Amino acid sequence: MIRFIDIYKSYDNGTKALKGISMRIDDGEFVFLVGPSGSGKSTIIKLITAEAAPTEGRLMVNGYNLNTIRPRQVPYMRRTMGVIFQDFRLIEKKSIYENLVFAMRAVGASPKEIRTRIAYVLELVGLSTKAERRPDELSGGEQQRVAIARALVNNPSVIIADEPTGNLDPQRSMEIMMLLEKINELGTTVLVVTHEKELVDRFAKRVVAIENGRIISDGVGGYYDNETF
Amino acid sequence: MRRFNNLGYFFLEGFRSIFTHGLMSFAAVCMIVCCLLIMGSFSLVAVNLDEMLGDFEKQNEFLAYIDESWSDEQARALQSQIEAIPNVSTVQFMSRAEAMEEFAAKQEETELFDSLPDTVLRDRYRIHVENLDQLKQTVAQVEAVDGVVKTSAAFEVAEGFTVVRNIASAVALILVGILLLVSLFIITNTIKLATFNRREEIAIMKMCGATNGFVRWPFVFEGMILGLTGSLAAYFIQWGVYVLIGRAINTSDTMQLITMLPFEQMATQVLGVFLGTGFVIGVGGSLMAIRKFLQV
Repeated sequence: MIRFIDIYKSYDNGTKALKGISMRIDDGEFVFLVGPSGSGKSTIIKLITAEAAPTEGRLMVNGYNLNTIRPRQVPYMRRTMGVIFQDFRLIEKKSIYENLVFAMRAVGASPKEIRTRIAYVLELVGLSTKAERRPDELSGGEQQRVAIARALVNNPSVIIADEPTGNLDPQRSMEIMMLLEKINELGTTVLVVTHEKELVDRFAKRVVAIENGRIISDGVGGYYDNETF
Repeated sequence: MRRFNNLGYFFLEGFRSIFTHGLMSFAAVCMIVCCLLIMGSFSLVAVNLDEMLGDFEKQNEFLAYIDESWSDEQARALQSQIEAIPNVSTVQFMSRAEAMEEFAAKQEETELFDSLPDTVLRDRYRIHVENLDQLKQTVAQVEAVDGVVKTSAAFEVAEGFTVVRNIASAVALILVGILLLVSLFIITNTIKLATFNRREEIAIMKMCGATNGFVRWPFVFEGMILGLTGSLAAYFIQWGVYVLIGRAINTSDTMQLITMLPFEQMATQVLGVFLGTGFVIGVGGSLMAIRKFLQV
């Protein structure tokens, strides 16, 4: 569960990125976080992943109080989530399999766990036959699937996808969204940050709209009406 | 068990990473070799200089003259008393006759002294000291021995040696210290460059939930391997260069005064210092380089 209670975030340069955000994302939910550039979407992601700390307010993520979390606890908190980026962030010199091993090794998984889990997630994202390829040998959509597999490989309770379809064509974007929906159906909470209106409209999911550091709407499907997004 | 598995993993990752980023690794090893060679060469020059000064020091001696009224036996009996004085390394008794013989041998016209009786000169002791710094105290202690009436010591020469040795030691210490700092700075920056190329990997690891220790260890092993490889390479190059220079000096007509210690005599110490320095600058450089990238 992710819970924002009256969160404010100001940066050192004086920018007020968030101005009193309150929201709750329950376990198993699928949520779109939408808004124009500079609205505060990225700051919300940074707060959830503990890359930044809130200036005011209370923030709970998967049972961790991020207001009081100690630096040494942050890695363990991050193990409860998987993060997907717009630019995939795969290690080019490693094969797909090695990219996934890398993520599992980082949390101290045993070789046996690694073999079993990677086979499962590669099957889930449809890349079982391409495990030995390197990222530059795959299409953009396939690379994003690898990124999803990497986010999933440590069995997180939440997947956070930051503009996951930003670099993909509509067809591949739809495939990625369907894959995320499938993951959600398997019980993982999914938070997708996007500004692609068409994509959001095609999925009848909860949409939290943010603008100028404030939530301006929060509801299912129809709340995403603002043309500025 | 898992920690043990991880140790093997860290080592392997560090080892692999050296080859994955081959050019940067090569640059880092070259820097370590260069820095150690400069530092090592200077240190060896300082050690040899110190040794040469030591040799000169050993040749420095003073004489203690025995009361004329004392018999030869009485004078000889003082030897153990003088030997017991701290800082005295060797004591050599010279009878009046031997002193006259030595004196006469230094003169051009020896026949002039043939008619002089052996008793003209006094019995004496030729005394070598261990530490020239304490020559004055030692001379004073010898003069305090009953039967010793006079001493002759070249205090100015001794002080000169002490000053030269102190200056040489201070200069060597300062230069080696500066070179060490410069080496650490260069190595840190070289490894920082290598680490900069991998900031994305570090960010991914951190985002996956890797602890700082987990991220840091492969870099520590990598730095350690690079440091030790560089120091081993520098050691063998240093050895070769030293032997070559030694041969050149030995065969030179103009540098006969210079004597060089055999490398084998210092090999263990040089290897220890090189490995220690390589380890410290490799591991230290890695730790300093990676610190910035861990704050994700």
